[in-house]
Amino acid sequence: MNHRVVITGIGIYSCLGENLEEVSKSLYAGKSGIVFDQVRKDFGFRSALTGMVQEPDLKPFLSRRQRLGMHQPAIYAYMSTKEAMEMARLDIDFLETTETGIIFGNDSTAASVVEAHDKAREKFDTTLIGSGAIFQNMNSTVNMNLSTIFKLKGINFTLSAACASGSHSIGMGYIMIRQGLQERVICGGAQEINIAAMCSFDGLGTFSVNETDPTKASRPFDRDRDGLVPSGGAATVILESYEAAVKRGATILAEVIGYGFSSNGDHISNPSMDGQVRSLNMALKQADIKVGEVDYINAHATSTPVGDSSEAKAIGEVFGGKVPVSSTKSMTGHECWMAGASEVVYSMLMMQQSFIAPNINFENPDDESAKINIIAKTKEQKIDCFLSNSFGFGGTNSTLIIRKV
Amino acid sequence: MNETLVTMELGDIIEETRDFLSEEFEVNRNLILPENSLKDTLDLDSLDYVDLVVLIEENLNIKVTGEDFKDIVTFGDFYKLVQKKLSL
Repeated sequence: MNHRVVITGIGIYSCLGENLEEVSKSLYAGKSGIVFDQVRKDFGFRSALTGMVQEPDLKPFLSRRQRLGMHQPAIYAYMSTKEAMEMARLDIDFLETTETGIIFGNDSTAASVVEAHDKAREKFDTTLIGSGAIFQNMNSTVNMNLSTIFKLKGINFTLSAACASGSHSIGMGYIMIRQGLQERVICGGAQEINIAAMCSFDGLGTFSVNETDPTKASRPFDRDRDGLVPSGGAATVILESYEAAVKRGATILAEVIGYGFSSNGDHISNPSMDGQVRSLNMALKQADIKVGEVDYINAHATSTPVGDSSEAKAIGEVFGGKVPVSSTKSMTGHECWMAGASEVVYSMLMMQQSFIAPNINFENPDDESAKINIIAKTKEQKIDCFLSNSFGFGGTNSTLIIRKV
Repeated sequence: MNETLVTMELGDIIEETRDFLSEEFEVNRNLILPENSLKDTLDLDSLDYVDLVVLIEENLNIKVTGEDFKDIVTFGDFYKLVQKKLSL
């Protein structure tokens, strides 16, 4: 028997704000979270642009032992998950006595590894790295930390799928619940923003160098885009079976109705329209809806010349040119491992408040983006059903379709 | 060997130790008394002994190992270890 899978909590900690309310305002206002970071320039980055996310002080919330194993990915993920838990009205007493899982998207822990390695090299004694580093260094850091902090008793693993990690984490939670293997799964994505995490990506020359005007640098689908802007933070989406949510009297925010995925099986960094189309069609088939029922598409579009064109073609091929499309990366930059989850949260906020957040900086279309309906200014519109795309290095593609209940 | 520490009295070292232990382990400084249990007062688990080694190196600039803690029960025992390491 297949179970319906619903969303009962969302949380966000990003360069657009440190909670849902702040982020909603930023999305509606079309406010960019991109800044010029002198630290990157001084380090030798080709581009000093980044989404800027502050590190919160967790001392008021967590013990020393709980904090020791946390670096940026886990710290940010704690903040977004705390907010999502509050929204879902889940507390530790309940979680400790029921079976709740966690599948979180994360694909790096670069800064903590560098710090630990530097310390060992300096002291010539690995003990002096300290006891927390190993739990910061492993890619499963978010899962390790959050599952122990929140006393989770269900499925527990990290999902690494490059820039589609957050999206696949929701997809995998959806499958677990749909098949009756779990009643409740905490999903999401986390992304560190430090220079260690981003220096090798910067080295590829794919970042925008429009440093004179940071808020204009990320311009997905625009003719004059010159690359992406890295960003980060964390987003959390709590999934439950419909029955479990009703049983505990939770407020149901929306339902996940489709999860499509594919692998390009081709170039390690170049996108593939064919792979994207297969992911879109799989999600639509599973959702059992017609293309006209999708009211909004939150595009993956990162502001790279090749990537955006490929996605515009894929959307045009499957949906034609009518459905409204925007890339919130125009405001956030590319939140990488977190993006698939954060963009579901952004789209959920739009659905709840009946507006489409703008694809800012979309001033002139190119040949491909001219064929789809890109929303450049905030638009008041009822959204009953949205689709969110995420594509990553290695040719991993993920598509989620979410509908009001 | 830390020259400043060598010239310090044991009493000063004890006060400094109470400072960094209470700050790191977030416990009331007044509970760090020679007769009290190190493990119970600081609520130490097995991982925390690694951090004790780090703290002692950082604050007192002396090398200890996990093995050194084998026979230490009270803060008093711990101060004796520091004394021995500093040859006070």
